[in-house]
Amino acid sequence: MSLLALSGVTKRFDGFTAVDGVSFEVAKGAIGGLIGPNGAGKTTLFNTLAGIEVPDEGAVSLDGIQISGRAPYRVFAAGLARTFQIPRPFPEMSVLENCMMVPSAQAGEAFWANWFLPGRVGAEERATRAKAEEIIDFCGLTRVRRDAASTLSGGQLKLLELARVLMADPKIILLDEPAAGVNPSLMRDLVDKIVALNDRGHTFLIIEHNMDVVMSICDPIMVMAQGRLIYRGDAAGARADKAVLDAYLGDVH
Amino acid sequence: MIGVLSYLIFFLILALTFGIAVMGLNLQWGFTGLFNAGVAGFLAVGGYTHAILTGPARDAVFGGFELPFIVGLLGAMVAAGVVAIIVGLVTLRLRDEYLAVATFGIAVSIQLVAVNWEYMTGGTLGLIGIPNPSKVLADGPLRQNAIYLALVVGVTLLAYIGLQRIVQSPWGRVLKAIREDEVAASSLGKNPTRVRLEAFTLGCSLMGLSGALYVGFIGFVGATDFLPIITFQIWTMLIVGGSGNMKGAILGAMIVWGVWTGSGFAISKVVAPEWQAQSGALQAVLIGLILVLTLLMRPKGMIGEDVTVSRHATDL
Repeated sequence: MSLLALSGVTKRFDGFTAVDGVSFEVAKGAIGGLIGPNGAGKTTLFNTLAGIEVPDEGAVSLDGIQISGRAPYRVFAAGLARTFQIPRPFPEMSVLENCMMVPSAQAGEAFWANWFLPGRVGAEERATRAKAEEIIDFCGLTRVRRDAASTLSGGQLKLLELARVLMADPKIILLDEPAAGVNPSLMRDLVDKIVALNDRGHTFLIIEHNMDVVMSICDPIMVMAQGRLIYRGDAAGARADKAVLDAYLGDVH
Repeated sequence: MIGVLSYLIFFLILALTFGIAVMGLNLQWGFTGLFNAGVAGFLAVGGYTHAILTGPARDAVFGGFELPFIVGLLGAMVAAGVVAIIVGLVTLRLRDEYLAVATFGIAVSIQLVAVNWEYMTGGTLGLIGIPNPSKVLADGPLRQNAIYLALVVGVTLLAYIGLQRIVQSPWGRVLKAIREDEVAASSLGKNPTRVRLEAFTLGCSLMGLSGALYVGFIGFVGATDFLPIITFQIWTMLIVGGSGNMKGAILGAMIVWGVWTGSGFAISKVVAPEWQAQSGALQAVLIGLILVLTLLMRPKGMIGEDVTVSRHATDL
């Protein structure tokens, strides 16, 4: 069954159509891959899915619930979490607290609860912290968990982005170029983690330029060019598709 | 000796009173990234509210309630908080410098209202005879001021402990995340508008409290007490002390108020008589110099902020 469903999603900026009538579905438990040349509209589509941009036309639903046009924090609450192409940590906060801030509806986020329900806030914080330590360990950041995020390397920031979205137990995780700018060994590590998480039931939609990554772990693969979806299918089909080759793989041939 | 002591008490009363406003600004700027350039306006709202609630009856001027001092303080906080909610609902969608311009304009408007709305504020004459509770508790200015200082220390401690409690929490963590990157915080499920309004309101009510303590001490409130220069001073106190750290806020208030009053004294002794009329301008230049030097040499202030926000995330 489809978890994420887009129908006719269109986003224009002053007459320039960045995303043009894109429709596809990602099934529960899948790792969807979204590829396309630079400027194809992939990140704009991600921003539209995440509520940062409001689509001019079309609709997005997650698990049967309409999420298009909602504010980002509401989309997140509905179960869609995304990372950023260029990591956006909270630089002057520790790695631990970058993660601990994520879970939704924490009692202690309400101003008054800190005065009148200190026991509950404390208990929740201990649980949140235990969970954060576990996820930080999974992401291999334990050594730096006390450090400010501003001191992390580019690869560590990618891992932090992943750790943060995992804190939310989202229904679907959108990763924007997780392997970009990451050294080969860390990249293999990241791919292993994504596969391991997928085995545990996490659904992904990934934008990625690294074809080895996309072709090896993603199914289905969606190809965008000039704002339009030009292909949806498996990896072998993408390699053989004329339109895909012209638009995208043609560059590297 | 008595002279030095009495001056020290006088100095600390004012420095700590400003320190409370600096803590309020710290909540807004240091923790939430809200550029409030209208501190003077919220001090004014607090100061006038306190004066109206506790002051004696006057001809043709609203007031005469003669309520207890503590009611004046709480009323000042509530009034400044209510004004902050109204201002916040209108302006908090504004970013950075736009918010600064809007709040600056609002503070100037509040000051102009204070000058012109005579029925409420006494106009240019201001409101005099605001009762100082220390006057009935002791004889002689030294003892009276010592009592008022004890009161201000108590209020400062309460404000400090309360603020530490509330910022070292998941709530404070959301504030800081929004300050750091609003888009990322929003994509991670946080509603920036709600917590920005809460932080703005609480910060402004502390400014109101500061204004009330000031007026309660001086015994007079006039529109010239709340010119934009005071906003500049409060900001400098925060930057020098260390934005994002409540101890830094108080320390900054001490340092900058020390430089301000100390330089005023030094100028009166050293500078030639024909330049004395410019002493206020010289003081402002000196404060500006400290601000620039701090930004150049110690951009995080005397005490920087911690990377750990919630007390629950610290190691035991």
